[in-house]
Amino acid sequence: MAAPQMREPIETGAPDGFQYMHPAMRRNFGTWAYHEDVQPGVMVHVAKYGSDKVWTIKAGTQRILDVFTLRKLMDIADEKGDGFIQFTIRSNIQFFVDSEEKVLPLVAALEDAGFPVGGTRNSVASISHTQGWLHCDIPGTDASGVVKAMMDELLPYWRGWDMPNRVHLTTSCCQINCGGQGDIAINVQHTKPPKIDHSLVGNVCERPSVVARCPVAAIRPAMVDGKPSLEVDEKKCICCGACYPPCPPMQINDYEYTQLAIWIGGNHSNARGKPTFQRLVAAGVPNNPPRWPEATAIVKKILDVYKDSARDWERINEWVERIGWPRFFELTGLPFTKYHIDNWRGARANLNSSTHIRF
Amino acid sequence: MASNNYPTPMLDVLEDGPWPSFITGIKNLRDNHPDERIQNVTNGLLGQLEHSYETKMGYWKGGTISVFGYGGGIIPRFSEVGDKFPESREFHTLRVQPPAGNFYDSAMLRQLADSWEKWGSGLQTFHGQTGNIMFIGSDSKSFQHFFDEINDYGWDLGGAGPCVRTAMSCIGGARCEMSNCNEQAIHRHLVNSFTDDVHRPALPYKFKFKVSGCPNDCQNAIERADMAVIGTWRDHKAINQDEWKAFVAEKGRDYVIDNVITRCTSGSLSLGDDDSLIADETNCVRSMHCMNVVPKAIHPGEDKGVTILMGGKRTLKIGDLMGIVIVPFMKLENDDDYEQIIELAEEVIDFWAENGLEHERCGEMIERIGLVNFLEGIGVDPDPNMIHQPRNVSYVRMDGWDEAAEEWFDRKREEKMAS
Ligand code: SF4
Ligand code: SF4
Repeated sequence: MAAPQMREPIETGAPDGFQYMHPAMRRNFGTWAYHEDVQPGVMVHVAKYGSDKVWTIKAGTQRILDVFTLRKLMDIADEKGDGFIQFTIRSNIQFFVDSEEKVLPLVAALEDAGFPVGGTRNSVASISHTQGWLHCDIPGTDASGVVKAMMDELLPYWRGWDMPNRVHLTTSCCQINCGGQGDIAINVQHTKPPKIDHSLVGNVCERPSVVARCPVAAIRPAMVDGKPSLEVDEKKCICCGACYPPCPPMQINDYEYTQLAIWIGGNHSNARGKPTFQRLVAAGVPNNPPRWPEATAIVKKILDVYKDSARDWERINEWVERIGWPRFFELTGLPFTKYHIDNWRGARANLNSSTHIRF
Repeated sequence: MASNNYPTPMLDVLEDGPWPSFITGIKNLRDNHPDERIQNVTNGLLGQLEHSYETKMGYWKGGTISVFGYGGGIIPRFSEVGDKFPESREFHTLRVQPPAGNFYDSAMLRQLADSWEKWGSGLQTFHGQTGNIMFIGSDSKSFQHFFDEINDYGWDLGGAGPCVRTAMSCIGGARCEMSNCNEQAIHRHLVNSFTDDVHRPALPYKFKFKVSGCPNDCQNAIERADMAVIGTWRDHKAINQDEWKAFVAEKGRDYVIDNVITRCTSGSLSLGDDDSLIADETNCVRSMHCMNVVPKAIHPGEDKGVTILMGGKRTLKIGDLMGIVIVPFMKLENDDDYEQIIELAEEVIDFWAENGLEHERCGEMIERIGLVNFLEGIGVDPDPNMIHQPRNVSYVRMDGWDEAAEEWFDRKREEKMAS
């Protein structure tokens, strides 16, 4: 039988963005003079040459967009805007218009349709998130649901300009952390070693590569019940879940022992200080769908303390560096435990070898 | 119609509250979409998601599928509870590369929505964490058709698995006064030189390019990219003293000293008696603060280019790593310049493909073999901008010192002659 005729792919790679760019942005590419923040969620950029100005209106969405919602957004773009949009790295949608009269009607149309306008300047931007239970193969929790539940509570922070500087939140539903670094990160933390279905390991898993995947060399090949399988040294295991993706019979997710941990101070920018990694502040937070109230309460507490105590322009990492960690734990009421003390490679750099102590 | 819908009491709770609800959106497809196929698949999806919420477990497993001619780009999802929720038994995700800078016009998004509605679930995300458009929910009968259709009008799959991944670039020159380079041209020159490595996974692990137009690094490139390209400038920053003085007049000297002058990372700013801004340009480290606070008065300089860092990644396996400076400054203006950055990327990917262990990111390899071995492997000379400070332990064999010093002086001489 003849094989069906298949179409050869056209390997074009990443399309050119200029073809979808607002004409005023194309005209002034690389020659913007400055911008001003007009109101929360709205900026105006002023061209260096000529009289062009472009207003940006930024709105939050549910990120998992259905075609109805996408078309609703496009209707707004066509009816109230100039038909050109862009998505930010945190999946917010930005509309561009080239005249001031279009701004307020566009803002109103977005708000009326339920898309909150905000997230610019010193606000709390929407939470960058991962796939979660909706369509990931290894998730310890949901992602879209956590974000929806938290943003419901954080909406005033998204709309306001009340923070010392911008705040980026992220979530990750496994410890691989595809959510990335954030000023505050809400990440899954497993607390027990994987539960192994030895009847499946031999067939499903490429054992040497699973052994190699473990960061602490806790896995070794073994025969269990006469079948080739893998064994975990549970004293060594740090419960990271790295073995689970290449070997699904090593189930790391658990109804009770998969929990959440909260990290702060990840800052990707080179503004003022060098980029920083986030630091553990709280763990043992229950993974509690559908609204994860315990995690949200801690995030809000940190945000409120930061808002009251940081200076203008200080990101969360800079603020804690200035006031010191003892004060951070005091102000937030979060417990300081032995688990905060680093013992991973390079840990010495995270310990205090000076008499710099605030009393 | 609603009679055979799976109950979703926990998900229903996520319809309350002011933030847009993805559950409302999915239900809208289930209840109001004219195509019965979409009604069914979204019903199954909601049923399975509710089951996840109740049991706090995920129920998708991976596999391998791809479109004809490619080895990757699709994330297969087969349900482990397909007997309970047969409608969404297969729910594969297509990763599609966005235009550089994530720009769209409404007509194109409508066209994509129409194609996706024809073949898939009607759910999509702009964008996943790597930067792809995620078309979530197709089955083995439909994904090839969907790909063929959108590929015909200019869209291609991104990477999945051990391969060059979809790249990302900031909005940059299109609408940002801080931009120092053509972010989108860099993005496309780099990733589109590796389409074979994007579509046919054969590398040790993933490799990501990210481009930010200035050190604010809106794309998190240093923390997340194997090769981070960050716009910068090497002459003096541009100061408009009139705008600056207007700012001082508006805010007052105290505010300006507390919020700008003393906050410069390297202490390179001072405020003149006449309220002018005095900048010690030899000590400006391009830390952006003054420009971010007073964008009307202070801008990047004219001699623009990029700094290139390599080896950033997240936790798995050895812990988070930031990129390391490999090229302190590179001009990117003409074709030769672009050729040079592509060649550098090729060197790095080749060297890593040879020397990286299975599932080892480029940064982890650098950690294992040391930066110097990496530099020698890719033919880049050591530069003091690559380090935070020199080594502090004497345990190193240094019998090649004289030659190394000679090479340094030779390079300096050459640089001097070239300039
Ligand atoms: S959970 Fe992590 S530490 Fe434990 S065996 Fe698996 S890979 Fe190793
Ligand atoms: S990285 Fe710099 S150039 Fe790019 S959008 Fe951000 S501030 Fe603008």
